[in-house]
Amino acid sequence: MNEIQEERIRQNISAAFYRHGLLCASYPVPIILFTSASILTCCYPLLKLPLPGTGPVEFTTGVRDYSTPSHESQGDLSERPDWYRGPPVAYIQQVLVKAAVSPWDNSLVPVDVFRSPLGRVFSVLEEIRNHVYTDRSLEALCLQVTDLLPGLRRMQAVLPEHGCLLVSPGNYWQNRRDLFDADPDLLKTVHQHEPKGLHTSATLKDLLFGVPGKQTGVNLYSKKRVVTYTITIALSSYDARFVASLRARLKQLHPSANCTLREDHMVHVHFKEEIGIAELIPLVTTYIILFAYIYFSTRKIDMVKSKWGLALAAVVTVLSSLLMSVGLCTLFGLTPTLNGGEIFPYLVVVIGLENVLVLTKSVVSTPVDLEVKLRIAQGLSNESWSIMKNMATELCIILIGYFTFVPAIQEFCLFAVVGLVSDFFLQMFFFTTVLSIDIRRMELADLNRRLPAEAGMPPPKPGPLRPRETPPPPRPSPHTITLQAPAFRNLRLPKRLRVVYFLARTRLAQRIIMVGTVIWIGILVYTDPAGLRTFLAAQVSEQSPLGEAGLPPHLGVAPVFPGGDPTSTLSGLPAPEPTPLPENQSQGHRAAHPEVAPVSSPQITWGPEDEELWRRLSFRHWPSLFSYYNITLAKRYISILPVIPVTLHLSPQEAIDTRHPQDTHHAPPPSIKTSDLQTDLTLYKVAALGLFAGVVLVLLLFCLYRVLCPRNYGQNGVPHGRRRRGDLPCDEYGYSPPISEISPLLLRGHSMDIECLASDGMLLASCCLVGHIRVWDAQTGDCLTVIPNNGLRRSSSSGCWEHRDGWDHISACEAESLLGADFREPGGGAVGGQDVDIFPIRRRTTPARPALFGDQPDLTPLIDTNFGLSPPSQALSSSGFDFGGLVEKAYQEHEPSPTLAFPPSPPPVLPPELPPQNNGDWDSSVWAMELRGNLIATGRSSGKLELWDAVEGSLRCSNEDGVSGITALAFLNNRIVAARLNGSLDFFTVEITKPLGLLQYRGPPGRGSLPPSPCYSSEDVISCQLTRSVQCAHQKPITVLKAAAGRVVTGSQDHTVRVYRLEDSCCLFTLQGHSGGITAIYIDQTMVLASGGQDGTICVWDVLTGSRVSHVYGHRGDVTSLVCTTSCIISSGLDDLICIWDRSTGIKLYSIQQEVGCGASLGVISESLLVTGGQGCVSFWDLNYGDLLQTVYLGQSSEGQSVRQLLVLDNAAIVCDFGSELSLVYVPSVLEKLD
Amino acid sequence: MPRLEEHCWSCSCSASVKTQELSSARWVVCKTAEMMSIITSVLSHAYGSLHSLQSANLIRRGLVLFIVGVVLALVLNLLQIQRNVTLFPEEVLDTLFSSAWWIPLCCGTAAAVVGLLYPCLDQHLGEPHKFKREWASVTRCIAVFVGINHASAKLDFANNVQLSLTLAALSLGLWWTFDRSRSGFGLGLTTAFLATLIAQLLVYNGIYQYTSPDFLYVRSWLPCIFFSGGVTVGNIGRQLAIGSTEKPHND
Repeated sequence: MNEIQEERIRQNISAAFYRHGLLCASYPVPIILFTSASILTCCYPLLKLPLPGTGPVEFTTGVRDYSTPSHESQGDLSERPDWYRGPPVAYIQQVLVKAAVSPWDNSLVPVDVFRSPLGRVFSVLEEIRNHVYTDRSLEALCLQVTDLLPGLRRMQAVLPEHGCLLVSPGNYWQNRRDLFDADPDLLKTVHQHEPKGLHTSATLKDLLFGVPGKQTGVNLYSKKRVVTYTITIALSSYDARFVASLRARLKQLHPSANCTLREDHMVHVHFKEEIGIAELIPLVTTYIILFAYIYFSTRKIDMVKSKWGLALAAVVTVLSSLLMSVGLCTLFGLTPTLNGGEIFPYLVVVIGLENVLVLTKSVVSTPVDLEVKLRIAQGLSNESWSIMKNMATELCIILIGYFTFVPAIQEFCLFAVVGLVSDFFLQMFFFTTVLSIDIRRMELADLNRRLPAEAGMPPPKPGPLRPRETPPPPRPSPHTITLQAPAFRNLRLPKRLRVVYFLARTRLAQRIIMVGTVIWIGILVYTDPAGLRTFLAAQVSEQSPLGEAGLPPHLGVAPVFPGGDPTSTLSGLPAPEPTPLPENQSQGHRAAHPEVAPVSSPQITWGPEDEELWRRLSFRHWPSLFSYYNITLAKRYISILPVIPVTLHLSPQEAIDTRHPQDTHHAPPPSIKTSDLQTDLTLYKVAALGLFAGVVLVLLLFCLYRVLCPRNYGQNGVPHGRRRRGDLPCDEYGYSPPISEISPLLLRGHSMDIECLASDGMLLASCCLVGHIRVWDAQTGDCLTVIPNNGLRRSSSSGCWEHRDGWDHISACEAESLLGADFREPGGGAVGGQDVDIFPIRRRTTPARPALFGDQPDLTPLIDTNFGLSPPSQALSSSGFDFGGLVEKAYQEHEPSPTLAFPPSPPPVLPPELPPQNNGDWDSSVWAMELRGNLIATGRSSGKLELWDAVEGSLRCSNEDGVSGITALAFLNNRIVAARLNGSLDFFTVEITKPLGLLQYRGPPGRGSLPPSPCYSSEDVISCQLTRSVQCAHQKPITVLKAAAGRVVTGSQDHTVRVYRLEDSCCLFTLQGHSGGITAIYIDQTMVLASGGQDGTICVWDVLTGSRVSHVYGHRGDVTSLVCTTSCIISSGLDDLICIWDRSTGIKLYSIQQEVGCGASLGVISESLLVTGGQGCVSFWDLNYGDLLQTVYLGQSSEGQSVRQLLVLDNAAIVCDFGSELSLVYVPSVLEKLD
Repeated sequence: MPRLEEHCWSCSCSASVKTQELSSARWVVCKTAEMMSIITSVLSHAYGSLHSLQSANLIRRGLVLFIVGVVLALVLNLLQIQRNVTLFPEEVLDTLFSSAWWIPLCCGTAAAVVGLLYPCLDQHLGEPHKFKREWASVTRCIAVFVGINHASAKLDFANNVQLSLTLAALSLGLWWTFDRSRSGFGLGLTTAFLATLIAQLLVYNGIYQYTSPDFLYVRSWLPCIFFSGGVTVGNIGRQLAIGSTEKPHND
């Protein structure tokens, strides 16, 4: 019963999902709008949450009615921030001292500017320490500190320990006047604690002086000659009367004239929690893991139109579900207490992207021919059960977590539950809809792609790669091999390259640098606003002429500043009020100079900017001061009391009295210019550092560039260095591999399409439709021998006309031909060869085209034998002269002519077989050809086997034992195997009777470890004996015959493969396994046998035991070609796919989708280099990674000509049968480039 | 301050540890050596036929695992140390790198051994691990592992029993979510047991101490951490082994 119920639930769920999928796919836009609206609604409560940030927050209260806030929050004061509860960590009372030696005297040395003013700090300190107000002393009120942190030994002498936290410049000299007086170099003492280099946090100088370093005036080149410093007292409890009395006392002792600093506001500064490096590292690690997770998850999204778009949608789904979760929790009154940044990665990981991926995969794997709506619905309903199950499991786990009763875990679980639910919601509505849109787009794209090529859908690609003499023609050729995205997605690129490509594609480095710079600037401005601003302001004021007036950084507006206390701002000019004179300053002396030396005499002014001088300090000033004593200000606040101003005027005499003997040894004050330079030193330092960093960066990038970019561009070794990278099909990342120029060598001479090709490494024999056999040197491409069809009858000038008659005859016969087999043209029996090319033809000479091709342009006027006068655009290069350009031009001129539709070439599918005509053996056509040593074996349609001498072109022997046409030949050692049309298999032995009795061996061995082919000299008598004939080898015609390693393998239409032993012609195995005729067989020296059939299957057999090793369905349609390497099997099929299989496991590694109608020819040059034939071109592939290395175009007139046969020679040359021409392509550079 | 907590997790089989605890832990040394010899024999047996082919692969995997172990040890160590001493990051880093330089190395070695042992054991038992074999799952597993450590370091629990139970449940959940194999469970348990034992011995010999030990000399949640660490590293090791033997891009 339970099962039935479960089944019912399952069905219900899947039905519901089905309907939902239909809904989503039907109304994508309204649903997306609805989802966005709900996301925004749920996120709305987030606006109330404070923005994260670590900057301090301020709150100002009045001093007068101040009372320590209670711990309980009081609802009545709404403007009170949450943190303003309980007592502060400390009350900060600053005594701001401004001191100057006045009037300035030319007899004074620069050190006097600050020596005596600084010296007065000790007396002020003494005053403060000893101040008592109704039995309350500073000792009782101040913040008592204990040890410094253990890591700060070097600061022990400077910062107070075990007592009041009271810092002043006097701390440099342990608050002892005698030490100060004995100090020969005050500046050195002050600066010895400064850290080297740039820093953003508070330095010791800032801490002790309590004002930004720039404003202290403690340097030799100060223009204002006013020394400013503060005495900072940290009070643990606030006693208003004590502070007031201290203020009054100090003011009375050191009155500040015209000082109207406001004293009624107390500022509370709240510090947020700081994140140190130690906390940052784990945080960063979790985020790195998170990103790795997202990367690995979204990488699996496949088979969609826009992978990135869907990945983005998946991430958006998860993130917005988290935001919704937080928003909903806030809405219902739960305030998040956990650190959001810390738990965020865990939440994402818990919620996960799995469902999204499962959905995508399920939808994508539905049948493609369904409607989009149905696909979505079906995909959803397929996965509905597992999605629901996963969801329930996760909810259960989280609920268990909820019952741990640990508050933090409970909160986490709450967020996770809400997040999971909202994630489910978003998956169902948002992601599904996005997916449906994407799939619809993909189908549209598919539709577009399936339109015929004439519709102009393929983007025009520039012309093919040509020999470099040819000027680049702009003619687009639509037949380049283009890769489709899904095929490439399956390819394995090396990790290293992938990373580099990724970086290059996204310009990640630049963006990171840019973002980093912006963030850095932001941090600078944010963390140290005062410092930076003052610095800038100081720069501006110093450079402006107004700065000379001695006005502190008010920028240019200071003189006309109409603010609250104009007297204080404008008070620079009149002398300070003399009313309460400083102790030992004579009135007369002061009065003597008041207006005389205003230019040089320092003036002490008080302005509103002095009220809150601490604002100019780094915001880390207070936290770092307290942190020295292991007191953290994180999440706590301090209260800063209004500053107490103290003005000190010192007489020159006093300054002279306090001089240290060494002070006068200092250099006289340098000129203003150098002082400017000195003040600007920081700026220059920064600039120099930036410059240095820039140079280093440039060098680094340059090195990277040199390392990563191959020797491709930036190299001027090639005279015609215009390599058109755009010509190459780019890979997914927009990068095409480096090109090395490969120019095909065209072997011209045949007048008809080439039918048979054979090679033994040194020689190359080709046979065309009319039965001419040409022998070429495989190394140089020279034509060595021409064996005309009849061998005896050489041509006459009228041959070509007869030839054309032959054509006409054929086309007439075409109609009545009923047999569909693609066999050869038997006609042209009376046709002689061409008149001109009997002798070997060099590539250099243009073959005269027979008049047969009357519809082609006449190229004869283009032949210019005066090579010296050739135009520079077609300059000769070392490899020879090419008429490609001229020919091209002629073709272009010719093409528009409307009279003759240009037949691209004789069609690849040839006139079908005609019933054998009774015009003797010469009239039969060559159906099969093999070349070993010097001997060419040809099998004719009449069933005759002939042996020709390849060099001399003479017939050495022939055998006419068989009647049925020879469809395939194998020539191994001295045996020839011939397969006939009637399914019989004949074994011949070639016997050589050498008059000299010696066999000479010639040349390198053939491919693999074949025994070297014996060389037959012309004196030898060669006979060919039929040793055995297997009459009914197969029930149906034999289609494939291959021989290697002492075995002969035949494949036939009757679905079987047979293996024979070569020596005794004994049939070893009959291999059954295909359900269609055999179309391709591969066997090599290592006894690997693979076969492919019309059913699209590929079988791998063990030749020793006859057992089937593996069996895969590879193609839709026939397998057209099969090649093996030691590790993989490469197959191509009628479905235009090239599949690469793992040889041992039979697993498909990847597949390459080719253009429709591409040739099915394959060849393997080395273990990792694959060559395929296409429409007028051959492509080289890296087998390891599936990269397209290069496409070589075979010629200009390549349209519609597909490469049908591909032969890989020893010297890594490819011979392709390319219409009536042969192409020889050497691939040396590609080989050396491979890893 | 839990300064030195967690300083000795998964320090099994490290040479530097062995040299430091001379007399009293001699039998551990013997045992470790024995284990190592067993491991090497198993490894050599398993890869005997394919030795030349696979040794480079093995070294590569071991190196990756070692690096992962070192990084995880540093980060998690920092997680344990960081509370209350964030004010002087330089100092923290100093102590981290000076006093305990050998800990990451030990952890790296242990990670390499465990991570190599997992796929080897799978192969030996003849039950290859097929459950959730993909990098996304592995990353998720690592994230959960870091999360468990995070929880052990930062959460305030009512008492240690609750903490230990929670972490034990989390570790089991980790195993169930990402592994679900008997061999994984057994090896995780073995790892946890051995590592805790070694931690105990280390603390007993005074090399380390815990601020508030509640389980003999160490913290009671230590075995849970070791268990989940073992499972995580095993997960990585298996994925590496798969990634290196068969190509990941099968259609």
